[in-house]
Amino acid sequence: MIEIRFHGRGGQGAVTSVELLALAAINEGKFAQGFPSFGPERRGAPVLAFCRVDERHIRLRCKIASPDVVVVLDPSLIRIQNPPADLKADGIIVLNTPKTPEEVRREYGFKHTLALVDANRVAREVLGVPIVNTTMMGALIRATGVVKLESLELPLKERFGPLAVKNFNALKTAYEQTVIEERRS
Amino acid sequence: MAHRVGMEVSIAISHAVQMCRAEAIAAYPITPQTHIVEHLSSMVANGELDAEFVNVESEHSAISTCIGMSATGARTYTATSSQGLALMNEILYIVSALRLPIVMTVANRALSGPLSIWNDHSDIMGARDIGWIQIFVENGQEAFDHSVMAFKIAENHQVLMPTIINLDGFILSHVVEAMEFPDQELVDKFLPSYHPRFQLDPDNPVTMGAFAMPEVYTEVKMGHQMALTGAYEHILKVWKEWGDLTGRRYQPVEKYRTEGAKILLLTMGCLSEVAEVAVDEMREAGLEVGLLKLRMWRPFPFADLRNAVGSAKLLIVCDRALSLGGAAPPVLAEVRSAFYAMRGRPQTASFVIGLGGRDVTPGDFKNIVAQAQEEAQHKPTQEYHIFGVRG
Repeated sequence: MIEIRFHGRGGQGAVTSVELLALAAINEGKFAQGFPSFGPERRGAPVLAFCRVDERHIRLRCKIASPDVVVVLDPSLIRIQNPPADLKADGIIVLNTPKTPEEVRREYGFKHTLALVDANRVAREVLGVPIVNTTMMGALIRATGVVKLESLELPLKERFGPLAVKNFNALKTAYEQTVIEERRS
Repeated sequence: MAHRVGMEVSIAISHAVQMCRAEAIAAYPITPQTHIVEHLSSMVANGELDAEFVNVESEHSAISTCIGMSATGARTYTATSSQGLALMNEILYIVSALRLPIVMTVANRALSGPLSIWNDHSDIMGARDIGWIQIFVENGQEAFDHSVMAFKIAENHQVLMPTIINLDGFILSHVVEAMEFPDQELVDKFLPSYHPRFQLDPDNPVTMGAFAMPEVYTEVKMGHQMALTGAYEHILKVWKEWGDLTGRRYQPVEKYRTEGAKILLLTMGCLSEVAEVAVDEMREAGLEVGLLKLRMWRPFPFADLRNAVGSAKLLIVCDRALSLGGAAPPVLAEVRSAFYAMRGRPQTASFVIGLGGRDVTPGDFKNIVAQAQEEAQHKPTQEYHIFGVRG
């Protein structure tokens, strides 16, 4: 089982991301859960969203306390939430940032494997708006292979209708531009 | 052919109600039930479900409207949570006394105060004695299956009893997960259209909801009790029929790895699957621990529970509600009653968990078992524990 936790702000689409990922995994014949950190939703406030993917029925109904991957949609959350605090030692930090791995490690002291993409820029260029959730899914898939890129086409179409093509392009662009650097021991 | 879908569980329930061809729905939105009735409302508005959807101004009106619609002979559905169920309370007893086969989903949520939108079982425990059939489900598939089966159970002329399907709010209702949907033809064959035994009809007037003088009230209540306990065998027949069609079989008390178990956990709702994970881990560590999952809450399956306990010495009952100032939390009270007169009854331990959305992990169940084992060695555990409470 792979457990992924999204860190975002209300309105950035973290919940949509986990739902789409779960649907993509289920369409591949896997089992998955996608769910938000339940509560009053407020635009701009820090939110968590969770996704589990496994080859068999998932029986857990709790939050993800020790994730395999954290996806950080908004780098300003790093100081507030410290997303990798409970990340597994061999886990991956997928981060929206224009910085290089060297700069990120120096600034935040991260030891884990990094998957970095400037999702704000990609989203602005491809979608025309800085909404990074679908873009960041591209980086997540590049880093983990949790689902195939094309498995997201149908869920995106069902969710976004005519906007699905742009979102899929943003996702593919981010997939191609993601920089991965293995963890430091 | 059945087909596999990925969907939020709330939406899946609305599809189940659609496939059951519900004819009348009255509901008031309340978190975390909202997505179910929102979606049904869209289906009716879009012509995907040929039903009357009545928007009302409160849950009291929702269930009252359902009474009227069901009394005319329409297949009737509603859903609610928490304060909504509490606001329905006085009418709920009337629904069952009138023997109207309304099906209701309760997305279980804590009761105020303090205000909490999160999950526990205090709402349904406040409606424990309303005289309805009450079933708990563990996952999306079960939520779908039991929503369909509920109509068939409720509408059986030998039963004619309103039925509640309880699913845990948020931690089940709001999760996108995989389920298998049957074909419409299968549901149609399983659940023919509803033919009421009695109905309001201007051409053939009947009285429904008459008052009862002291000379008959007791007898009517006795009849209600007999009907509710008598529903048991019909519930099992419906579950078996569904099991034969789909391969998914359900029991009033389900056993998980109970072979040779000295210690049994007992849970209800979707935390049962979390407890399964804990049992697997404890079994691997050599502990003789099993799990009983209580699916049928009303009528309470006393005989099934006694049989399921086997030779276990310690039964750890996990409640998700309190009975403030009372002898025991609600599930424990039933369980202890079930065993009181039994020779060689197991010792019971009691833990209240997951109140108001408090997360419950497999590790919590392991800690509960360890604590119960430890205490059982010293003295019979009479009191109950509120697990993990601070201060």
